[in-house]
Amino acid sequence: MSVMVARKKVVRKWEKLPGRNTFCCDGRIMMARQKGIFYLTLFLILGTCTLFFAFECRYLAVQLSPAIPVFAAVLFLFAMATLLRTSFSDPGVIPRALPDEAAFIEMEIEATNGTVPQGQRPPPRIKNFQINNQIVKLKYCYTCKIFRPPRASHCSICDNCVERFDHHCPWVGNCVGKRNYRGLGLLSGCSQSLTVLTVLEVLICFFTLWSVVGLTGFHTFLVALNQTTNEDIKGSWTGKNRVQNPYSHGNIVKNCCEVLCGPLPPSVLDRRGILQQEESPAQEGSCPRGPGTQEPSATQGPGQAQEASGSGAGAELGPEVPPLELPCPPPAAVPSNPAPLFGPEWKVAVLMGSGAFCQGETPQLLLRTPQLGLFPAAIQGL
Amino acid sequence: MPSSLGCRPRLTLCPQVHSLQELRRSASLATKVFVQRDYSDGTTCQFQTKFPPELESRIERQLFEETVKTLNDFYAEAEKIGGSSYLEGCLACATAYFIFLCMETHYEKVLKKISKYIQDQNEKIYAPRGLLLTDPLERGMRVVSFGQWDAWGMARVKGDWAWVLGNWAGTSHR
Repeated sequence: MSVMVARKKVVRKWEKLPGRNTFCCDGRIMMARQKGIFYLTLFLILGTCTLFFAFECRYLAVQLSPAIPVFAAVLFLFAMATLLRTSFSDPGVIPRALPDEAAFIEMEIEATNGTVPQGQRPPPRIKNFQINNQIVKLKYCYTCKIFRPPRASHCSICDNCVERFDHHCPWVGNCVGKRNYRGLGLLSGCSQSLTVLTVLEVLICFFTLWSVVGLTGFHTFLVALNQTTNEDIKGSWTGKNRVQNPYSHGNIVKNCCEVLCGPLPPSVLDRRGILQQEESPAQEGSCPRGPGTQEPSATQGPGQAQEASGSGAGAELGPEVPPLELPCPPPAAVPSNPAPLFGPEWKVAVLMGSGAFCQGETPQLLLRTPQLGLFPAAIQGL
Repeated sequence: MPSSLGCRPRLTLCPQVHSLQELRRSASLATKVFVQRDYSDGTTCQFQTKFPPELESRIERQLFEETVKTLNDFYAEAEKIGGSSYLEGCLACATAYFIFLCMETHYEKVLKKISKYIQDQNEKIYAPRGLLLTDPLERGMRVVSFGQWDAWGMARVKGDWAWVLGNWAGTSHR
């Protein structure tokens, strides 16, 4: 019985994640594919702030207060940190169903629908739930093969279902969802303050201030009502015959507290988890290795015996027993441990505009800005 | 078949008991039952406590309900909006989320507790009944899955090679 000790390159889960995201730093950073406008945002912020620190800051420090450069620097770093956090983190992507789960759901759907006669279209795949005395429909996502949770939506740019999907923001180069919405809110506030401070760079700041004040105001409105941009654009909770928003607490303070100060859910993608390797049959003699640690470079090799699952160690047999010819099951892979969830995802930018669009399952381009159409819809393709 | 202690057996298998984590990955689960999320309370993470008919003969209803209710309680604790979550949120906001480089979020701490609870449940209740409970975190918090071990899985879960040989002898005569 030979034991293979092979040093293989560890494959992490992010490398095999479906969807149209790009990953950097071995899965620690996650963004959309199109990053052109994000680079523009970075350039504008860094450029404006550099000009401010180079020229006005010295004047203001002398004429007004030496606290101004300190305050400006803190604000600048804060804005950059929140922007990079929003841009680089998982917005709340829902992993796609594995084949067994997808098959189980299909079975359930068929059991519910019964046999559909030939030539007839099967009924739409919808589940109804009552939330807060309102009927909410859960739609089935044919790409991810799941019934989407309430408030989740499929981003056709990133090709992922995202929890509490707000919109896909090209300025941050990522979707905005459950996990990074507050980052966007903070960023918006910061950038507003920054533009007020850098007001002497008039031309850029005029447009920036206008758009950022509008953006901040719009998102303040959404947070107060506990709505997402996606729901607002689709008019999910407005109109005579529509249901009222079942997620609102009816109280502005409570809504704000929930959205901005509620508990921060972790990423369920496990991007840096080690992917189970496809081993060759020659490795049947090797025992599975010990539990994986947080170290990024884990290697395959003979492991130690795992703790017994309750009923003691394996029994040994007498020497007369003939060798079994049962097929050896594939060796177990390393159980993955969740990687550190908050890696170095920061940098700085200021959200310059409010161009955003929400993508549903059908790829309709919806552009909406508080300034009603100032920014063009030429977002895709960058 | 004799199961007395003796010399090292000439088996082509590793006669060690594997952890449930590894067994799960080696596809020793014959079938799986998925318990879906219960959205009647909004978007909070809760699972349905309705007893699946596929598990009728494998486990007592009361044990199943107790497990799912406890999991639901854990998730409610993780997502609770109260004084400590506000404090954590404000601290995170004030430090531009750098604070999370040094400390775990409350949610992550509760997820670790959940993981321990699931392991404990598997060892005490589910493994002896030929079932494996999977952490919902591995399924994107969408479902709790109850896997039923196949013959291989059962053998290794129980760590009893005599059981395996007994079955092998039985099947070889067919």
